[in-house]
Amino acid sequence: MKTAVIVFPASNRDRDAAVVLEQVTGQKPYMVWHADSEVPSDVSLIVIPGGFSYGDYLRCGAMAAQSRIMRDVKAKAEKGVAVLGICNGFQVLTESGLLPGALMRNADLKFVSRDVGVVVEETQSAFTRRYNKGERVVYPVAHGEGNYYADPETIARLEGEGRVLFRYAPGENPNGSVNDIAGILNEKRNVMGLMPHPECACDPLLGAPDGLPMFQGLVEALG
Amino acid sequence: MSEPAKITPEIVREHGLSEAEYARIKELMGREPTFVELGIFSVMWSEHCSYKSTRVHLRRLPTKAPWVIQGPGENAGVIDIGDGDAAIFKMESHNHPSFIEPYQGAATGVGGIMRDVFTMGARPIAMMNALRFGEPEHPKTRHLVEGVVRGIGGYGNCMGVPTVGGEVNFHRSYNGNILVNAMCVGLAKTNKIFKSAAKGAGNPVVYIGSKTGRDGIHGATMASAEFNEDAEEKRPTVQVGDPFTEKLLLEACLELMATDAIIAIQDMGAAGLTSSSAEMADKGGSGIELNLDHVPQREENMTAYEMMLSESQERMLAVLKPGREAEAERIFRKWELDFAVIGRTTDTGRLVVKHKGKVVADMPVHALSEEAPRYERPFTRRTPARGNPPYDKSRPVMDSLVKLVGSPDLCSRRWVWEQYDHTVMADTVQKPGGDAAVVRVHGTNKGLAITTDVTPRYCRADPYEGAKQAVAEAWRNITAVGARPLAVTDNLNYGNPEKPEIMGEIASGVDGIAEACRALDFPVIGGNCSLYNETNGEAILPTPAIGGVGLLKDVHRMAKIAFRREGDAIMLIGEPKGHLGQSLYLREIEGREEGAAPAVDLAAEKKNGDFVRKLIEDGHVDTVHDISDGGLLVALAEMAMAGNIGADVGVAGLPDAIPFFFGEEQGRYLIACPPAEADRIEQQAREANIIHAIIGKTIAAKVLRVEREGEIALSALKAAHEGWFPDYIAKPHAN
Repeated sequence: MKTAVIVFPASNRDRDAAVVLEQVTGQKPYMVWHADSEVPSDVSLIVIPGGFSYGDYLRCGAMAAQSRIMRDVKAKAEKGVAVLGICNGFQVLTESGLLPGALMRNADLKFVSRDVGVVVEETQSAFTRRYNKGERVVYPVAHGEGNYYADPETIARLEGEGRVLFRYAPGENPNGSVNDIAGILNEKRNVMGLMPHPECACDPLLGAPDGLPMFQGLVEALG
Repeated sequence: MSEPAKITPEIVREHGLSEAEYARIKELMGREPTFVELGIFSVMWSEHCSYKSTRVHLRRLPTKAPWVIQGPGENAGVIDIGDGDAAIFKMESHNHPSFIEPYQGAATGVGGIMRDVFTMGARPIAMMNALRFGEPEHPKTRHLVEGVVRGIGGYGNCMGVPTVGGEVNFHRSYNGNILVNAMCVGLAKTNKIFKSAAKGAGNPVVYIGSKTGRDGIHGATMASAEFNEDAEEKRPTVQVGDPFTEKLLLEACLELMATDAIIAIQDMGAAGLTSSSAEMADKGGSGIELNLDHVPQREENMTAYEMMLSESQERMLAVLKPGREAEAERIFRKWELDFAVIGRTTDTGRLVVKHKGKVVADMPVHALSEEAPRYERPFTRRTPARGNPPYDKSRPVMDSLVKLVGSPDLCSRRWVWEQYDHTVMADTVQKPGGDAAVVRVHGTNKGLAITTDVTPRYCRADPYEGAKQAVAEAWRNITAVGARPLAVTDNLNYGNPEKPEIMGEIASGVDGIAEACRALDFPVIGGNCSLYNETNGEAILPTPAIGGVGLLKDVHRMAKIAFRREGDAIMLIGEPKGHLGQSLYLREIEGREEGAAPAVDLAAEKKNGDFVRKLIEDGHVDTVHDISDGGLLVALAEMAMAGNIGADVGVAGLPDAIPFFFGEEQGRYLIACPPAEADRIEQQAREANIIHAIIGKTIAAKVLRVEREGEIALSALKAAHEGWFPDYIAKPHAN
């Protein structure tokens, strides 16, 4: 299975994503430069990695959303290619309209880097099929703007349609996001964005490898 | 800045140069310098750039070992860590700017030290920082803590380099002069290390990175003077950082370094274009001719003086092989960075600067470097504080423990390091909060153990013994995770060297570092001096911060401080002496800072450490904590809190509980292991003549129990330990 990681200026978890993708697919992902016009056509999964694309200037993810490569990412998402946006990648997805809502400054206005408990809310997706519904996993977070917000109507739809895939465990919401939302799915269920870093939770030396089932599940579903 | 028609004594003074120094400049030039030349001399001859007060002392430091590839003198030191890999690291201060503008001061300190490391061809893989603030109650302290921590995070997080630990201390001597020392560790291949010697004539000198603005002019001179009440008026001389540009610069430089187009490269740090060009020409034995018309400029009508002295950030100077300019330019354009050929190397040994068709400076390079003044300043060595002070024997031990773990210098630093991304790069195998942080060498099973240490209150009581202790503690912290200590970088923070007693602190500090580094085979491969850390004549505690790096052969055999199992035996390695002089117990509980600093027996330090490391390497022990600030019981409490596993300890026939539990004598560790393993270890310890004692065991109950003294719930300890920092920051501002 072929995968791609989009590289923006100041993406910084691009390598972390690439390491895991190579581990689960057995081949290196394409590292696709933001100024390129196309993601290779044989790709089944596109990862938009964490980092500070364009220095977070203007608004997190806002400039990356306008980059040339995102036009093709949108087109591919439309055709059903799986897209996973992690942290800054999630911000890029909301800014580019692939996912609803917005990510605001953390409620306490501070950057937060810690392990958090996250509950898998929904397993009917390529991203979460390997997990059990209601399972509590631990992923690291590292962000200053992860406070998810959408209008009540949108939230009701996300909740009603089983599109909230991950929720911070009770009492562990690190950023004040509405309904403790950590990760959501688009309507077609092929685009997912989340603030925590499953790609940095795939190596037992770093803690519980709770992120691995996400990538293994994607290979199973798409490979 | 308008150029004066004539250089007056007043102007010379404003440039931080003495009359004698100015006379020497005229002698070296054979004429009056131009205004631009005067500016260049003033920064190159500043304490910050020339080390004029310390150079004669720094020579005493041991700098060699078979694994040292590059000692002091380059942008950073380099050690061989096997398999063709090299670790490149350095620590540097950004004290003065951080006091004036904490966010930008700390941020650009991080940026500067990262450039020092990646200019040598390394990808930075870990950051640490050693921070000293004034007393918590001081009206400025909270604002400075918040700003510095945000600044470090703001820069390091964007760079995608994990910040994995460091130190935070509070003491009133830093009220008017905080310390921000940042350390960066990078990884390169031993055969791809880049240096700064601009060899050869006729090679293109290229400018890369950000544009030059008017920020930071005379930063190096500011860093070489004492502060007074007007310090904040110097805010315009603080540089402004842009981590986004630095991240691009890092990637672009590493991409260029993968080619063989570079002859020499150096970052533009303190004194920017001036020091980078002069130092590169000096090291290469060449000359450099610059045409400032080609320098990318952010502001209009900048003068030659301003461009030569600007400390705008995120800039590098490189000398390329002739004909490789287009290839290099392509890389920098891809990363949307400025790139300009601004000069050539020459064989004249002169630094020549042209601007708008005029030669504005033409000076011999050696006048800026080896002819820079070197002073044998007079010094007096202070008589060290002596004695083991009295204490109130009736104080309950467990109450004191709670107070200590919740005191400003011993409480959890979680509030600080949770603002730093410490997981990016997915190689941080030991996170902040342990003895040393460990980052894996990507794609291998090797790890680098990293720590920063110094106990300034010991250094004030005894500048020599305290400096020894700083090295010993760094060595011990690296040992405690199971790594072999390899080398250090030192960041010597002191007051005004023109005062004999301060110069005495420096001389004794260097001697202490030298002795400990020699005894522990732990050479100094680079460092930085920050002097004039005084405000209104009040000096900081002597603070020779030591950044240590060690190699862990196998990250799977690594010790942590957290208890892992119930029923483990807890063993003390090293001799209990009950040394309460200069201890945190005495300061926090008795309210006194007195007595002798703990002596460091380097032979015992080495023997005990080598013993513990071997236990970890052989897989016998996975739970180790060094005993330092706060003493044995604080170390034990930290192990219990980290693992959320209780402990029951007691020592038969103990004459005095307080010095035993809170004394800060050196060279000691606590280890925990299953009882059968403990028997074998005791046997080995007896054979090796290691002083040791089993003092208790881990237990199922979530309490810390001390025979005859009582017990306390781990939850209560944690509440005190974790509570102080967030509570302090949340307190309504007093002013």
